[in-house]
Amino acid sequence: MSDYILYPGCSMETGARAYYDSLKAISKPIGLNLKEIDDWNCCGATEYFGISKTPAYALIARNLALASEQSNGTRSVVAPCSACYLNLAKADYYMREQPKFGRSINEALAAGKLSYTPGSLEIHHLLDVIIYDIGLDVVEKNVVRPLKGLRVVPYLGCMVPRPDYDHRWSDHEFPVELDMLLKTLGAEVVDYPLKTECCGGHMTQISPPTAFEMIRRLIALADEREADVMTTVCPMCQLNIDGYQGEMNHFFGTNYHMPILFFTQLMGLAFGIEPKELGFGLELVSARNVLDAIGVQAPPETPPAPPKRPRKQEGLPMPSPLIKPQVEALKKVVTK
Amino acid sequence: MTDAQLVSSSSDPDSKQDEDLTLLKEVAARTAGISNLEMCIQCGTCGGSCPSAADMDHTPRRLFAMLRAGLREDALKSNTPWICVSCYHCVVRCPQNIHITDVMYTLKGMAIEAKLCQDSTAPDFSQTFIGMVEEFGRSFEMGLASAHYLKHFPLRLPSMLPMGMGMLSKKRMNLTPTRIKHMKQLKAILKRAKELEAVQ
Repeated sequence: MSDYILYPGCSMETGARAYYDSLKAISKPIGLNLKEIDDWNCCGATEYFGISKTPAYALIARNLALASEQSNGTRSVVAPCSACYLNLAKADYYMREQPKFGRSINEALAAGKLSYTPGSLEIHHLLDVIIYDIGLDVVEKNVVRPLKGLRVVPYLGCMVPRPDYDHRWSDHEFPVELDMLLKTLGAEVVDYPLKTECCGGHMTQISPPTAFEMIRRLIALADEREADVMTTVCPMCQLNIDGYQGEMNHFFGTNYHMPILFFTQLMGLAFGIEPKELGFGLELVSARNVLDAIGVQAPPETPPAPPKRPRKQEGLPMPSPLIKPQVEALKKVVTK
Repeated sequence: MTDAQLVSSSSDPDSKQDEDLTLLKEVAARTAGISNLEMCIQCGTCGGSCPSAADMDHTPRRLFAMLRAGLREDALKSNTPWICVSCYHCVVRCPQNIHITDVMYTLKGMAIEAKLCQDSTAPDFSQTFIGMVEEFGRSFEMGLASAHYLKHFPLRLPSMLPMGMGMLSKKRMNLTPTRIKHMKQLKAILKRAKELEAVQ
């Protein structure tokens, strides 16, 4: 067993639940022992850097400090989300590159009785760990249901292979690691020149036409090359291509149907694990065709919840799913 | 501002003889790590590699020339940093190893500070996102999306509905935020970090 400190990141618990579920399911067979950082916080994604530098890095560094405090012998941190991986690696790298900057981040951490020695942890992306630490031979040994005939697009997105501060990848623009993994699983790897092009990131929230065009390019090429499914290593890429595919179709008047799964879901499928355990069915653009192609029974669709009868209440009919202190806190944030 | 104007403004005999690099140096100093911004050779590899350059009013190359020329207001008004998608394509191709993405982050911060943003959508999105993180220690998509869409894209709501419902019914979005245990500690760290940022 190889021990790793896991930094899951916010989306693994929500939007990318399928990624977390499938990661948990495949980690045991390949001997990956993950220990989640206790009380980790958000990495700030791509939002905090543009607001204020020192707080943005201090936010990330709190996770690094907690990870080294709880490390228990291992120095390796693994992040499955691209943005989380990049932010942790970036904070560590800049604290090393510019010691004065490192000292100021540590000064901020000291206010919370924490500290982090730059370079004391090794930050890895999950795919890197699976390919280079665990090894494709171990993966191969677990394959009991090869993904024969399944045409898969290896889509990495941008933030895993770039900027690659610690030189972990075979190439910044055309890395082959994901292709190798998919071949090991028995899949047919689609030649896909846009494999490290950006999915649009947060542009869906800021400048939708910019984002839709970026999403369209990726899906159109996958479709043109007759892919059955795309696969990704990043929650943001999955959300943009899966979640916003409908709105993109609406915007351009197209009718694409291109499912996208996390690479761990395909691993689990090849390992013979039940699709339900791997988060199949959570995607908005259904990937049933993937299961059909390799002859696996799809998990039953969750029936839609019956419509609730309006409760008779005194006063205004307000929904009350939020807890009061949280509502107050939310109001503060929104009106800020 | 066109390239021709840029050239003429820097070669105008009445303008300052010595280059005024205050702005360029300020941006470099405010960027995390060693940005190498002063090393730009104006080759244009950045703009040529950029997947969203078509929507930018200035390419990164031209924006860096504007910084060198000291055109503070024009540079900070530019939509370029806000259209940047942080894909690092330019960064890995830049022959001068300039941390271009990080320079864009710095310019965003400076534009907000100088109140020169031309459109509030992007800065508001970042502020709302960060507001949630500063309050809960975690991001909170449901709160973020509802606050942001209501303010900036109310007309988009109908076409967004199927996605939103899908995300909710598949439990890919939480109705309530998650709060970390040691929120006090995080707040103390961020408070100190903000003080440190202010004295820089």
